[in-house]
Amino acid sequence: MKIQSVKDLEQISQLYGKKLYAPEGIKVNVGMASCGIAAGAQAAYDKALEAYPDGKGVAICQTGCIGFCEEEPLVEILSLGKPRVIYHHVTEDKIVDVIASYQAGEFNKKQIMGQMRDPRSVLEDGVENPLADVTPIDGIPVFEDNPFYSSQVKVAMRNCGYIDPDSIEEYIARRGYVAFLNALQDMQPAEIIEVIKASGLRGRGGGGFPTGIKWATCAKHKGQRAIICNADEGDPGAYMDRSILEGDPHSVLEGMLIAAVAIGSSNGYIYVRNEYPLAVKRLLTAIRQAEEYGLLGDNIAGSDFSFHIKISTGAGAFVCGESTALMASLEGKVGRPRAKYVHTVEKGFRNQPSNLNNVETYANVPAIMLKGASWFAGMGTEHSKGTKVFSLVGKIKNTGLVEVPMGISLRDIVFTIGGGVPKKKVFKAVQTGGPSGGCIPERFLDLPVDYQKLTEVGAIMGSGGMIVMDQDTCMVDVARYFVDFLKEESCGQCNPCREGLKQMLEILTRICDGEGREGDIELLEEVGSMMQKFSLCGLGTSAPNPVLTTILYFRDEYEAHIRDKKCPSGVCKNLFHYEIDPEACTGCRMCFRKCPQEAISGEKKKAHSIDQQLCIKCGICYDVCKFNAVTIR
Amino acid sequence: MSVAQTAETEAIDYSELNRIIEEDYGNDQENLIMILQAIQRKYNYLPGAALNYLSTKIGIPLSRIYEVATFYSTFSLQPRGRNIISICLGTACHVRGAERVKERITENLHIADGETSEDMRFTLESVRCIGCCSLGPVVKINEDTYGRIAPDEVDKILDQYE
Ligand SMILES: Cc1cc2nc3c(=O)[nH]c(=O)nc-3n(C[C@H](O)[C@H](O)[C@H](O)COP(=O)(O)O)c2cc1C
Repeated sequence: MKIQSVKDLEQISQLYGKKLYAPEGIKVNVGMASCGIAAGAQAAYDKALEAYPDGKGVAICQTGCIGFCEEEPLVEILSLGKPRVIYHHVTEDKIVDVIASYQAGEFNKKQIMGQMRDPRSVLEDGVENPLADVTPIDGIPVFEDNPFYSSQVKVAMRNCGYIDPDSIEEYIARRGYVAFLNALQDMQPAEIIEVIKASGLRGRGGGGFPTGIKWATCAKHKGQRAIICNADEGDPGAYMDRSILEGDPHSVLEGMLIAAVAIGSSNGYIYVRNEYPLAVKRLLTAIRQAEEYGLLGDNIAGSDFSFHIKISTGAGAFVCGESTALMASLEGKVGRPRAKYVHTVEKGFRNQPSNLNNVETYANVPAIMLKGASWFAGMGTEHSKGTKVFSLVGKIKNTGLVEVPMGISLRDIVFTIGGGVPKKKVFKAVQTGGPSGGCIPERFLDLPVDYQKLTEVGAIMGSGGMIVMDQDTCMVDVARYFVDFLKEESCGQCNPCREGLKQMLEILTRICDGEGREGDIELLEEVGSMMQKFSLCGLGTSAPNPVLTTILYFRDEYEAHIRDKKCPSGVCKNLFHYEIDPEACTGCRMCFRKCPQEAISGEKKKAHSIDQQLCIKCGICYDVCKFNAVTIR
Repeated sequence: MSVAQTAETEAIDYSELNRIIEEDYGNDQENLIMILQAIQRKYNYLPGAALNYLSTKIGIPLSRIYEVATFYSTFSLQPRGRNIISICLGTACHVRGAERVKERITENLHIADGETSEDMRFTLESVRCIGCCSLGPVVKINEDTYGRIAPDEVDKILDQYE
């Protein structure tokens, strides 16, 4: 069937809405994004399918990632008139039991994360809550009240974890493609751009450029224009784009379609990084389905508008996330950035006017078009509107993807949503913006999430990676880590970036090795400011940020490395050793058993000690000791 | 290994190569990166002879093909081991001690990042973030992902691969 109108969409929506929200039998949704699969979701899914192969009575289905990675594999079970229950840590050995207990109406609190109050997306205002008449189960917490979820607002991730990413019908059931058909059939291109401008949407890929202005500029330039989606997601520690592509690929296609109508283009490209094979697979399925329904291809819905999307994969180069490098790579060339005297909106891919946006940016577009610019602009701060997805990772209790309204404080994200630092360790810093970003110390945690505010403290919003660090993280080592990363990834064509990174890495490495000299900190600052001023592209100009912010806020750690030859966090191997505190040691023998070097000795129930000659500082004893008796000296 | 040497040791299936270049990728120069990926999927690396052939077939100078093949980090011009160990060195894994896990692998197998063990059993490659941050530190061996691994678990995991 080729879709011609919003009415056609509504028909599909009615049919599949029932299957989605109120299935006759039991519906089991296994969270099957890459992260879930790595945690064991595939094995659990296969096991369940083996037990219920025919789909009658019990249907085993897949969804994307709902964001709570720490609790994976996550499985959701629902049935018409019954509660909708989310189970956590459902591995292959548990899934059949879990399904049977749901069937029997028995609810084991330990297996359950919560029961859902309302599965509707932000777009489904007119739809009645399918759980309105369902009696909740006594003693089981409400899923949405979990501190991890209660302050989240899902716009870009509205469907992730709620629909089968391989089903266009389920996307349509949650008001998918309505915004696109409205835009195509009832709006002038300029009107669409006005809505995006008024919404205040800014690029989610890192730069934060106002999306509406970019579209308007691109539309002004004549020629065969290209609509490109940046799914290169290079920031090591950010994976929201992957999650959206794996959990809700149609939202990105729809966002690109709307951009194509607004700007006037029939050619779309998605540049996906090589490490995301599942995202590519789901995108290809999504494109095929959209073509089958006539939502992609020639003369869409009987109009003279045509749009085709091609998927290209990267090959492991961080710099290809940069706009000009990405476009070169799309042409099959090496990804070397060029100076932007002429912007890519005028001459980009194949020298044609090109509009590049990030995955999350596009995923926001259909929601803005449907709910209106003022709804979106009603969330956030003066200069930062809407919501932003962050990947909350590192030394944090609730690792996961969280989508929060702009303006929320970092403290709320790290402590309320993230649950703080595990194992009673002390919070040290949160790193935002990846290799181009900075480390924010405890004293700025009340800062609101806002493009300007984060820049003022030397960090950036970036693509949304948020890495939490604790007392065991050495800030000099973190700076060295990012510089090492960037040195590998620098394309090498401009001198400031190529040589600057090499020099910074040399200095940082010698500081970490205990050979730092007086004046090294100042030298780092000098090299850093040179790179900021003179590098060719954003990689080089932002590369010093992790170094400069750690110097700014953690200068004492640098000084301890250089002057006292100490690494207070116990990371830089030449600058510390482990000792066992005889007062705290209970002689439990845990470290004795785990030490790969047999460097630990001591009798049972008596204090142990470490032979410094044999010790390789692998840290296993430090990690396994339950009594904090192994100390860093 | 020089290009010539590789060419001699690897038997290239030219009809398959033709199929990749023509049918899958439309003989289109813009698809060069994806064609190279397909070749690497087939041979586990980029054999010199295949690149020579590709150059003539698609009309891109060999120098430019090598430029691309050496610029992007996923490409290998040398044969790789039967098992590929990808250790994630993304930021989240890094702060959770990925470096120590990597040291352990290096010590065990006597191979550094990017190297292949003499018996061709393993190639060690570091990758930056595979997006399983909650499971950090993460090691992927071929298609199997191992999460939250401690350095002392490395030996047991490696033992499972022939
Ligand atoms: C070195 C470098 C790497 C980048 N990597 C990415 C990336 O992985 N993903 C992304 O969306 N943007 C990345 N960007 C930003 C893009 O250049 C561009 O600003 C963005 O894709 C535009 O889309 P937006 O306005 O929707 O954010 C990177 C920029 C630089 C300088």
